Amino acid sequence: MTNPAETTSGETPETNALPADSHLPVDAQPDKLAVASQWQLTWWAFRKHKLAQLGLWIIGLLYLLSIFAEFVAPDDPTKQNRRAVFHPPQMIHFVDRTEDGLRLRPYVYEMDRQRDPDTLAISYTPSGEKIYLRLFGRGAEYKFWGLWETDIHLFATVNPRDKFFLFGADRLGRDMFSRVMYGTRISMSIGLVGVAISLVLGITLGGISGYYGGRIDAVIQRLIEFVLSLPTIPIWLALAAALPPSWPIYQQYFVITLIVSLVGWTELGRVVRGRFLAMKNDDFVIAARLDGASERRIIFRHMLPSLTSHIIASLTLAIPLMILAETGLSFLGLGLQPPAISWGVLLKEAQNILSISQAPWLFIPGGFVVIAVLAFNFLGDGMRDAADPYSH
Amino acid sequence: MTPPIISVQDLNVGFSLRQGVVDVLHGISFDLHRGKTTCIVGESGSGKSVTARTILNMVPRPGVINGGRIEFTPKDGDTVCLTELDPRGKEIRAIRGGRIGMIFQEPMSSLSPVHTIGSQIIEAIRLHRDVSKKEAREMARDLLAQVEIPTPDKALDRYPFEFSGGMRQRAMIAMALSCRPDVLIADEPTTALDVTTQAEILDLMRNLQRDLGTAIMFITHDMGVVAEIADEVVVMEKGHVVEQGDVHQIFDTPRHPYTQKLLGAVKRLEEPAAAKVRPPADAGPILTVDDLHLHFEKREGFFQRVTDVTKAVDGVSFTLKQGEALGIVGESGSGKTTVGRCIARVYDPNAGLIDYRGRDLVKAGPEVLRDTRREVRMIFQDPFASLNPRMTVQQIIAEPLVVNGIAKGQELEDRVAHLLREVGLDPAMMERYPHAFSGGQRQRIVVARAIALEPKLVIADEPTSALDVSIRTQVLDLLLKLQAERGLSFIFISHDMAVIRYFCDRVAVMYQGRIVEIGETEQIITDPQHPYTKALLSSVPLPDPKLRGTRARHRYRPEVA
Amino acid sequence: MIWRYILKRILWMVPFLFAVSVVAFLLIQAPPGDYLTTYIAKLGESNEVLDQASVDNLRARFGLDQPLYVQYFKWVSNLVQGDFGMSFEWRQPVSDLVWERMGLTMMLSFSTLLFTWAVALPIGIFSAVRKYSIGDYVVTTLGFIGLATPNFLLALVLMYIGVVHFGADVGGLFSSEYQNAPWSWAKFVDLMKHLWLPVVVLGTGATASLIRVMRANLLDELHKPYVDTARAKGLSEFALLMKYPVRVALNPFISTIGWVLPNLVSGAVVTAIVLSLPTAGPLMLQALLSQDMYLAGAFVLLLSSLTVIGMLISDILLVLLDPRVRYD
Repeated sequence: MTNPAETTSGETPETNALPADSHLPVDAQPDKLAVASQWQLTWWAFRKHKLAQLGLWIIGLLYLLSIFAEFVAPDDPTKQNRRAVFHPPQMIHFVDRTEDGLRLRPYVYEMDRQRDPDTLAISYTPSGEKIYLRLFGRGAEYKFWGLWETDIHLFATVNPRDKFFLFGADRLGRDMFSRVMYGTRISMSIGLVGVAISLVLGITLGGISGYYGGRIDAVIQRLIEFVLSLPTIPIWLALAAALPPSWPIYQQYFVITLIVSLVGWTELGRVVRGRFLAMKNDDFVIAARLDGASERRIIFRHMLPSLTSHIIASLTLAIPLMILAETGLSFLGLGLQPPAISWGVLLKEAQNILSISQAPWLFIPGGFVVIAVLAFNFLGDGMRDAADPYSH
Repeated sequence: MTPPIISVQDLNVGFSLRQGVVDVLHGISFDLHRGKTTCIVGESGSGKSVTARTILNMVPRPGVINGGRIEFTPKDGDTVCLTELDPRGKEIRAIRGGRIGMIFQEPMSSLSPVHTIGSQIIEAIRLHRDVSKKEAREMARDLLAQVEIPTPDKALDRYPFEFSGGMRQRAMIAMALSCRPDVLIADEPTTALDVTTQAEILDLMRNLQRDLGTAIMFITHDMGVVAEIADEVVVMEKGHVVEQGDVHQIFDTPRHPYTQKLLGAVKRLEEPAAAKVRPPADAGPILTVDDLHLHFEKREGFFQRVTDVTKAVDGVSFTLKQGEALGIVGESGSGKTTVGRCIARVYDPNAGLIDYRGRDLVKAGPEVLRDTRREVRMIFQDPFASLNPRMTVQQIIAEPLVVNGIAKGQELEDRVAHLLREVGLDPAMMERYPHAFSGGQRQRIVVARAIALEPKLVIADEPTSALDVSIRTQVLDLLLKLQAERGLSFIFISHDMAVIRYFCDRVAVMYQGRIVEIGETEQIITDPQHPYTKALLSSVPLPDPKLRGTRARHRYRPEVA
Repeated sequence: MIWRYILKRILWMVPFLFAVSVVAFLLIQAPPGDYLTTYIAKLGESNEVLDQASVDNLRARFGLDQPLYVQYFKWVSNLVQGDFGMSFEWRQPVSDLVWERMGLTMMLSFSTLLFTWAVALPIGIFSAVRKYSIGDYVVTTLGFIGLATPNFLLALVLMYIGVVHFGADVGGLFSSEYQNAPWSWAKFVDLMKHLWLPVVVLGTGATASLIRVMRANLLDELHKPYVDTARAKGLSEFALLMKYPVRVALNPFISTIGWVLPNLVSGAVVTAIVLSLPTAGPLMLQALLSQDMYLAGAFVLLLSSLTVIGMLISDILLVLLDPRVRYD
């Protein structure tokens, strides 16, 4: 028999080679893969998910729009205009045919308003005049983020007296495009804030439940089951009906967000609890305990990193639920109240069948809802798939 | 000579992936004969299972048959080329289950969880035979009796999860044999079973073959099983047949280096390691365990009532001397792992004494435990689960040094590098994550973490059972080297008698939470006293076909003993 | 074994329903003030003034002057006897107002549930078996869109299409001539003619998620070893699929009733308001807005009970279907 020290150093066939049964991304270089951290692996797995990436881009764009809503919106969203009631959307043209030949500059066709002398119905027809647009033009004055006063907008008419309506106008002649931009800010942020509240509730209760187990776990589990079995909308309606409509907008906003976040936490709580329970007895966690690591270190250094990607994925999937909830409540008139603007508040305008048959562009905020929810679902699905790059 | 019943000729199977077709079988050929058992042997990834499924024309997706043919010649029929049949067609379906039966590895998941055993067997019968439901049920009952399932009448209406693993595998065999097939393909049918159950299943298959004259194709990675059961052997490596022939010829004069390596790894485990350092005769005890009890309570409902108690450890006592390696051997559920975890205080024992160098670990508070855990370290079974995939090797090995405040900065890095070298790994790899390492390498990392704090006692819980045979001895030799250099004491938990024999000075045999026998390893192996030990030892397959049938098999029935 | 489980599960309903009643009561008590405050405000609009004595008188008559828990126990003890109290606004017993609407709500929810299953099951199976085929992509895409579209928006779009392209108002559950008619075969037929729209509106989201559930479940099961076992027996691919993986994948599918039903009941409220259906939703909304507490409370309680009962049914179905559950 040989000396054991020699046999161990002779283990050539498997040193330096990747395991053959590797399920990790194959397009990565072996050396790069060997030193790739959890986040790099997750990112590589995520990159293969084309729809999820599309979702990420869309969500990024929507949040950009909400951050710069005042700047992107060409007009004051609350400014009424009797002469533009139900003004139809105008298309932006870029190729300008003039006597001097073709020029590239953006413009829209002006619309003239007529009233039918018999029926008194209002209709709009192109007058043939062009309204020219420019980037960083001057328009309505506003306070950017409530800090700087300015009147520069992303795009505006060259002549500040001209108006244009990219998404048309509502029954009070307010510019729908500007309103949708402001609505994006409120609706998208309600999702974020709501998810933050859910996160705190879910992680605290789920974590306690999973880590301590026993009777506390049983109580919290029954609570979660109970909340899950309640039909959300009647409960929300009842809660929201309790809000005095006279409250200021920010107070409404906060309470609605709180109500909406009551959905999200149960699911998160279950995810966190399940993972904690399973991981508590994982060999590598036991190993950390035997290494002498403190409870704090075990939770934060060894357990949480494995949880974070799952938590982020669950959060992403919870945001669209919140957006839908807010939209539904506001649509029924129990959520945010005008003059606050959210997608739901805007869609309330579309409740009247006569309005939408006359002005189908009132559906546009609905399109934003669908696209935002879709994007979050795509992103969340992709993140969930990529969340655990080590699973088989 | 009669023609082979199955003839695999130059078979080529590929998996079409995005990068193109990757071959998993590279033109393999072998024959199966009536009344003979042919063992297909190889380590994981050798293509054994794909071969088995290809015979039934059930190549798992995205696999495709690229070339070659498989001919099937039943006793009373013409030759059929199985690979040319439509995989969804009538002809092949009549052969599947009718002429060729198959048994799979996982008895747990290979039976439908929501159908009774009876209905699954009756279905197999009625698919191929024109009999009434009642007749089929009677046939199924007879089959269950034939595979020695007690009270077959009741067993028919039970669900698979109500059965033990061995019983399920018996039911699988009954199902596979329900239409008296000409060929039986068994894909690692005993790998998931305990060794005593394995021995019973092997006996059963041998007897059935003698009675029915079936040709058996038996897939395994265990050379011991091959020696027990094979007539012919086909050795596969990475999709190639590297050697085939009569079982005696393969064991006596293996020609291919791979076969030699496989046999060598098994044969080395037939005796104690040569490099073993015995503890000095006058060594004092390092650990005394006395009347240790641990009960698992199942709690249910809102009020957390105790509904069930399992006595996992039921009065275990032993002493471990300084520098000694004590093996604890037993089957699944014997409580051997639990004993190890009680000593490390992963579990809190209910009663008893664990005296480690004068400290009682059962009553130890957090302070004492922290100090003790520097000296008592643990090696886990599954090297994939016991390393945090989100930490680099450096972070993993450094963790015990960091949390105990022993080293930091450059010194820490130097110590990690030194430890890596000591376990035979290149320190340059310390920046890598565990996923970049193979199973054997990972187990070395686990060992490095265990010895980082310069422990006195190491509890090794099945450290080699997740590894391929050829890697197994390498890890064992590493542990032996460390024991010799550092004077370590070991508690070595395993289900594998051969590994225990190679590594341990003494061995304790556990059964149902108790130690039934304890003593010097060689003495217990050559002259076991307790009937359970006898049963266990007589069940271990001997890796030498010449010894087949030379020893009497003991069965242990606790209610009789 | 089974019966003990079912009995235990039914007994569990008692604390659940108790909790539901507490939540319902607290919810309707949550708004500041009570019905009288609203009532007085309304009178005030028409320049009528109620003197303090008659206010106190009214308060005492409705029992609004008593502490909360007394009001709660009164409410609950009457509930047990089938008395839901009086609606302030309608001046009628609540039970006269709620039952027909609850009946229609239940019918709508359960029809939608059936519709959802009938559609989601075959599509889910198809989508899993033909994974990554064009059909699968189409179904998956439609499913995503279905999930992302709020019920009310879908209802609005369908109504818009109905009005603009077909010139017909598609709202309601009955044609005008049957609205107040007593039940008859003709009225039932008329109901069926109107029912499909709310069912489709309500069912789209749930169908989309159930397809995803079924697809994922079945994909998990398709490669389980027992499928290979069955194939090795010589079963044909179709029989194999239906008898084994689909059968096993059905269990988690059944248990989805537990969360689909609460969703449907919720969705039915909004859809009913948009489509002006004579179900619980619109009346409940009105009651909530006018703080007609007993009426609102009855609806919140009954709708919540409906979902709790749905969960009970799904648990019982599951235990009947899956032998493994019985032994947990």
